[in-house]
Amino acid sequence: MARVLIRNLNKKYDEVHAVKGVNLEIRDREFVVLVGPSGCGKTSTLRMVAGLESITSGDVLIGDTVVNDLPPMDRDIAMVFQNYALYPHMSVYDNMAFGLKMRKFARPEIEKRVREAADILGIGDYLKRKPRQLSGGQRQRVALGRAIVRHPQVFLFDEPLSNLDAKLRVQMRVELKKIHDRLGTTAVYVTHDQIEAMTLGDRVVVMKDGLVQQVGEPLELYNRPANRFVAGFLGSPAMNFAKVSMAEENGAICAVADGMRLTLPSPIAARLRPYVGEEVTLGIRPEDLRVVSSGESDGLSFPAVVEVIERLGSQTLLDVKVGGGAMVAAVEPAFQTKVREQLHLALDAEQLHFFDGHSEIAI
Amino acid sequence: MIEGAKWRRWVYFYIPLSAFIIWLLFPFYWMLITAIRPDRELYRPWMAPNYAPFWTSHPTLEHITNLLTETLFIRWMANTLFIACVSTLISLFCGVLAGYALSRLKFRFAGALGTGIFITYLVPQTLLFIPLANIIRNFQLGDTPWALILTYPTFLIPFCTWLLMGYFKAIPRELEECARIDGATRWKAMLYIIMPLAVPGILSAGIFAFTLSWNEYIYALVFLSSAEQKTVSVGVNSELVRGDVFYWGQLMAGALLGSVPVAFIYSFFVEYYVAGLTGSVKG
Repeated sequence: MARVLIRNLNKKYDEVHAVKGVNLEIRDREFVVLVGPSGCGKTSTLRMVAGLESITSGDVLIGDTVVNDLPPMDRDIAMVFQNYALYPHMSVYDNMAFGLKMRKFARPEIEKRVREAADILGIGDYLKRKPRQLSGGQRQRVALGRAIVRHPQVFLFDEPLSNLDAKLRVQMRVELKKIHDRLGTTAVYVTHDQIEAMTLGDRVVVMKDGLVQQVGEPLELYNRPANRFVAGFLGSPAMNFAKVSMAEENGAICAVADGMRLTLPSPIAARLRPYVGEEVTLGIRPEDLRVVSSGESDGLSFPAVVEVIERLGSQTLLDVKVGGGAMVAAVEPAFQTKVREQLHLALDAEQLHFFDGHSEIAI
Repeated sequence: MIEGAKWRRWVYFYIPLSAFIIWLLFPFYWMLITAIRPDRELYRPWMAPNYAPFWTSHPTLEHITNLLTETLFIRWMANTLFIACVSTLISLFCGVLAGYALSRLKFRFAGALGTGIFITYLVPQTLLFIPLANIIRNFQLGDTPWALILTYPTFLIPFCTWLLMGYFKAIPRELEECARIDGATRWKAMLYIIMPLAVPGILSAGIFAFTLSWNEYIYALVFLSSAEQKTVSVGVNSELVRGDVFYWGQLMAGALLGSVPVAFIYSFFVEYYVAGLTGSVKG
């Protein structure tokens, strides 16, 4: 077990600056997820920790050792790849034993560790099979098993669930969580799937364009996104954004947009007072919107026209038109309405998110 | 498979296929019946009443026995086998290492080097033998098997390198990366992971290289002069055609026996060979 420390890490490919000064501390026994759209530098960062990619500048420490120049084999890590990377010419047993054989473990010890890992993963019956005789989920388990038997200091996962179908992915996600709870090995996990990030990570690192956008526990990121990108990336359906201009009327601060006028209560008003006369971005999560009768008005409701109704079973999504813009509201599944019906949507003041119109940083 | 009426299958599949096979195999058939045809049938004029060019009524092994006992044919076979095997091994060894390096290692000028190697393959042998002859003479290798063993790789190595480069590229990079994280050095990862998976590619490169050197003519003709050093392709031609006399029976027997080892190797490895050329690693 060990912590991983990433200090001012940079990666430049010929033309592209893929990772720009990433700083991150992954604590001992922690499960940290790097998440972001493709090309955000998350995989490059992971591969530099693994030693598969040279470091342009900065340091990677595993435990207390700077590993910048250590070959992958000397870093005491194990990695699970997206395409499993099972050795096709070896049986499941040999696949799992390969790392131990390379490290010259005694045969009984290898046997013991492989059995142990196979028991944890429930693949004991397949040890003699070749990878091509296994289903996707079984291959994924073997790949995990190959990492587990080594008892490494750090697990690295590179989108390990992306090749599985949706149902299996959910199942393996839960299993991964269980295995991590049981083994407690420090883990770095790369994914582009925000649900995997939210569910698996003790902490989540959101990246974009080679820069870390925000680091924090899943709910912290969800409730207090540091900028517009993080706000829009986490959550499904995604947060609604609207350009609003801030105005002062009779001493109260208002967010005004076409078809919407929200009067902000005092604590939020104070934060936004400097922005009066400017445009900011308003963010509202679909699940924070609720339908109210038109009579109710505390200054935080606005009219909307239903355009599309999506019934998901567990909730119903209303695609509505607000003035000139569009929003999505998540309401209870049994909610009855019709297309082109006018509703009133309301929300609580603490559920409003504001982002600077230029820097897009949360206000 | 062709669907529809039965005649369609005949017209579009069986008949063209048979025509193609007959076209391809006819020279071998001709070679075979000429090799076992006695001289009196062989030199029968075409207007003779019992003239039968496509059939041999009294087959004989006389030409084959003569070939094996009265000429140096066995010696030529041994020469050819030795030269083809050694030059194939040298070329495979270099080709595997070069192909691996060009497809996997990142280094400056890797692309240019790959293209350079390919260009050397494109230089026609009919031009290259002139400077090579000079080199062979300077090293005093003329009329020894080493003249060919050292010159054949000039076209075999580029060939093997390119074939294997493509094959190595088809093997997922993650396999090797995973092995290196698992505790293997680059060399061990190549040995335990990449090589076993590249066996079909290596075999087909080997078969191809072997065939190319087995059939090679120009270098063998130029660099070897004494009868006992010759290879099959040159020996059969130069020793069994004396002036304007063609010993057809023995010539064909020599051609037949000379093509047996290659055909044998092909039939043995044909599955690997196809897999090697189509480059398929099943995960």
